[in-house]
Amino acid sequence: MLSLTSPVKTRYHRLPAAAKLLALSLATFLLFVIETPVFVVAVLLATALLYAVPGRAFWTEGLRLLRPVVFFVAVVLVWHIVTNDVATGIMICLRLVAAVALANLVTMTTRLEDMLDVVRKLFAPFRRFGLSPDVLAFSVALVVRFAPVLLEKGTRLAEAWRARSARRARWNIILPLTLIVLDDADHVSEALRARGGVETTY
Amino acid sequence: MERNVVLIALFAALIAVLGLIPKINLISGVPITAQSLGVMLCGTVLGARRGALAVLLFLLLVALGLPLLAGGRGGLGLFVSPSAGFLIGFPIAAFVAGLVVEKLKAIPLTASAILGAVLGGIVALYIPGIIGMAITLEKSLPEAAMLALPFLPGDLIKAGIAGMLTAALAKARPDAVLSRA
Repeated sequence: MLSLTSPVKTRYHRLPAAAKLLALSLATFLLFVIETPVFVVAVLLATALLYAVPGRAFWTEGLRLLRPVVFFVAVVLVWHIVTNDVATGIMICLRLVAAVALANLVTMTTRLEDMLDVVRKLFAPFRRFGLSPDVLAFSVALVVRFAPVLLEKGTRLAEAWRARSARRARWNIILPLTLIVLDDADHVSEALRARGGVETTY
Repeated sequence: MERNVVLIALFAALIAVLGLIPKINLISGVPITAQSLGVMLCGTVLGARRGALAVLLFLLLVALGLPLLAGGRGGLGLFVSPSAGFLIGFPIAAFVAGLVVEKLKAIPLTASAILGAVLGGIVALYIPGIIGMAITLEKSLPEAAMLALPFLPGDLIKAGIAGMLTAALAKARPDAVLSRA
């Protein structure tokens, strides 16, 4: 399964995931508390520098990951042009881009396994409340395995639909797809039980 | 135990796959995807607790950096973006939708599931969503609510579809709709 970790290997990849996440939380917190334009611009420039150091490919990839905020930036800018307060609008956008870009940087430079390790450690204290980190890790593995499987089955349902109808399948395949999910869940859980259950298999 | 874990994981995967179904543009030009329909279904089919857990599992994977949100989005950045409130609202939406179906056993499943999908997938989802947009975009709550308004017609349609799907599932696999078990 494709993750958003960057294929461009950088020095950031080798930093411990927990440290990166901690630094990110701190930076994001400061970004939303300190509202001085100088600070926001400084953080944005520092972030841009962090993206620029590993090279052009990494920079382009970073820009692509910022696409989800483009819509909001456009809305805010139009809004503040209409209300005649462009300076505030620009500040809001800069802060938004800085916060999202910083978080994306952690996502791009941390492997899924390392992230999962942090999650397991964070969840370890909850074991006494009956929430086992092993069950959590197993569930994550199940989703990562089954999302592509379901996508494949959904694609086949859509193709079967197109073979019979001139129109494209839209909502029509959700019912059979959900039925497949329910039936697969039965089979997988039976197979798991036969192998001694979740806690022992993982 | 095994069945619950697997159902939760597979419904989390279903939410991801529904986000990949080609989006439809409403007359207003607002794109709608089936992803929030998946969140509603988690609640109305699995029930409050399991449904919320499935959505939480899905969000965990998004946070860890898998591109599972509609449009191939993912990563920690989304949790500080203006959409963050809606992400926080997702598990609450599934919980409320499930709770409504679980509690309203007296009325037909289709009706209670549509009601649950509206109260969960719209009311309980839009409140944190609008608060999130108000904070990140520095707008007042009514102003932020206006930004969410274009998505309302699509979500109403989805709530209707979620209700009918839940009833159809209950007919096809009577013991699988756990919200009514």
